[in-house]
Amino acid sequence: MNKVESYEEMFKRVQKKNEGAFVPFVVAGDPDFGTSLQIVQTLVNSGADALEIGFAFSDPIADGPTVQDADVRALDEGMTTDRGFEFIRRIREFTSIPIGLLVYYNLIYKRGVDRFYQEAHENGINAILSADLPPEEAEDAVKAAKKYGVDQIFLAAQTTTNQRLKKISEFSSGFTYLVSVMGVTGARKEVKTSTVDLIKRIREHNELPIMVGFGISQPEHVQEVILAGAEGAIVGSAIIDLIAENLQDKEKMMVEISKNAQKLKEATKM
Amino acid sequence: MIMDGKFGKYGGIFVPELLIPALEELESAFLKYKDHKKFNADLDFYLSEFAGRPTGMYYAKNLSEKLGCKIYLKREDMLHTGAHKINNTLGQGLLAQYMGKERLIAETGAGQHGIATAAVGAMLEMPVDVYMGSEDVERQKLNVFRMEVSGAQVIPVESGSRTLKDAINQAMRDWITNVDNTHYLIGSTMGPHPYPAMVKHFQTVIGKEARQQIMEKEGSLPDAVIACVGGGSNSIGIFSEFLDDKEVELIGAEGGGHGIESGNHGATLCAGTEGVLHGSLSYVLQDNDGQITEAHSVSAGLDYPGVGPEHSYLKTIGRARYEAITDDEALRAFQLLSKYEGIMPALESAHAIACMEKYAKQPENKGKTILVNLSGRGDKDMFLAAKLLGVEV
Ligand SMILES: Cc1ncc(COP(=O)(O)O)c(C=O)c1O
Repeated sequence: MNKVESYEEMFKRVQKKNEGAFVPFVVAGDPDFGTSLQIVQTLVNSGADALEIGFAFSDPIADGPTVQDADVRALDEGMTTDRGFEFIRRIREFTSIPIGLLVYYNLIYKRGVDRFYQEAHENGINAILSADLPPEEAEDAVKAAKKYGVDQIFLAAQTTTNQRLKKISEFSSGFTYLVSVMGVTGARKEVKTSTVDLIKRIREHNELPIMVGFGISQPEHVQEVILAGAEGAIVGSAIIDLIAENLQDKEKMMVEISKNAQKLKEATKM
Repeated sequence: MIMDGKFGKYGGIFVPELLIPALEELESAFLKYKDHKKFNADLDFYLSEFAGRPTGMYYAKNLSEKLGCKIYLKREDMLHTGAHKINNTLGQGLLAQYMGKERLIAETGAGQHGIATAAVGAMLEMPVDVYMGSEDVERQKLNVFRMEVSGAQVIPVESGSRTLKDAINQAMRDWITNVDNTHYLIGSTMGPHPYPAMVKHFQTVIGKEARQQIMEKEGSLPDAVIACVGGGSNSIGIFSEFLDDKEVELIGAEGGGHGIESGNHGATLCAGTEGVLHGSLSYVLQDNDGQITEAHSVSAGLDYPGVGPEHSYLKTIGRARYEAITDDEALRAFQLLSKYEGIMPALESAHAIACMEKYAKQPENKGKTILVNLSGRGDKDMFLAAKLLGVEV
């Protein structure tokens, strides 16, 4: 495995080119281990600057139907935490760009927080975000993250008060994940205008780079949030929709994903 | 948050960031109104005039004679809409109104909590959306109709196992999306803080009345208090007033389904392990990776792979103990109480009756005073009971 690129290095790399980061999100093992790996390879070849990889969970309360279905497909194909880490190892055979893991907290808790973070680090994961782990409950996770040099990521939303933004900045490293919509994951037609204000507000409390996710589906959305000052855009459901739509035709699936990913990456260029 | 919402290490607020402000708002409203004079006067009014409190405590003389113990039944089955659920539903519904919320959402398994929420929504003139697993919608058509007659909209949930846990997931997603104007009226002592503490607060009325009633009738505390445990609200409600009386045994009856060995059960405390589900750390039914597994119980109200965090705490410190009652045992207890006392219990409550019977049959428990919380009535289960007993209706 080559040296893994850190988020800091990645943000510098894209900023030098006057771009924002394009970060696709997919669920490990969706629709099956091999195809999923091929999808990730396609995304990397199409300009992904970093990756968000999800471990499927039986009860994903922060996710809309698109990601729920992806979780079901992955679990039905026999994805486990062991195979999830194996998936990351296999990604590391072809890329060193940062990998952030999106995982519901019970998978971490059940394995043992310390052990989970150690294995995450050993398998080449840069950062961990648990959608259902606010800073209040994150003491063990933050400790383990520090111990193994993993970035702990937290969500920030329109509803997050300044006081909480401060707390989040104390606990996190790597980047802040800004939730652009009030709601669960899923492709939306437009980006909320208040996102711009929120980016400004976060900046006042937190020096970390900001990536915007939840609901970003079109190149115009990516452009909007990058212009609004975010360092990167995370696109999940819009890509997973392409997986779901092309389950019968893997070749077309890869072509569609590649085409769309390239457009989304183009949109980060200013 | 003002409190951390922990019972020992259990509980907490394991929710997406988007919900934190809503939980903070709810916690602060709960703390403000729980000792508020006008709020409590309003709640007391509705509990008595709308729901039918206080409920009686009935000395089950035939069963007592048969089993050689003194058996008292706390009659939550006499309440409007058929179960203790209405205590909590009225409390939270009123709180939502005080908070200026315009819309109620709820999850329901069998429909009991959905019906109670629909009734309170109609009474308080608030629109109600009830999430219900599509599997349950199919199994409980009559209850769907009951909710709809009261003006609630029942939304079938097609994801996951299409049962209660998935209905909760979907209700949480709705709440995440509509926190501004919506109150999520959770039906049991589960979920993130402040729900376990708040639902307990609204259900302690059971324990308060029961303690006073048993003292009046017996002049002493009962030897044991027994209640069924789904999410844990009727049990916490009645346990709450006896927690400090160490000599009173507290026993929770879980849905043992086809037996723990079968793997088909809802006995979370008896056979589960620690995990995080629906916002709190508690016992859950899960596999080695932490994927939540499906529960099974003949009674929909006990068919849940999680349990309220305070029960996990009471179990760990040894203050309460929990027993798994199988479907068959519950069904026999359903017949027993109907036949001997003329009271048809809900299948959930029948688990508590079966548990009581086992307790009473222990030689060392002869002559003891046992208080059973009869959480609900059996009307809703008649079709199912008939089917299970091989009777065509
Ligand atoms: C009659 C009755 N008893 C008990 C329960 C279980 O819930 P809890 O453990 O919260 O009391 C239910 C749930 O629907 C119920 O309807």
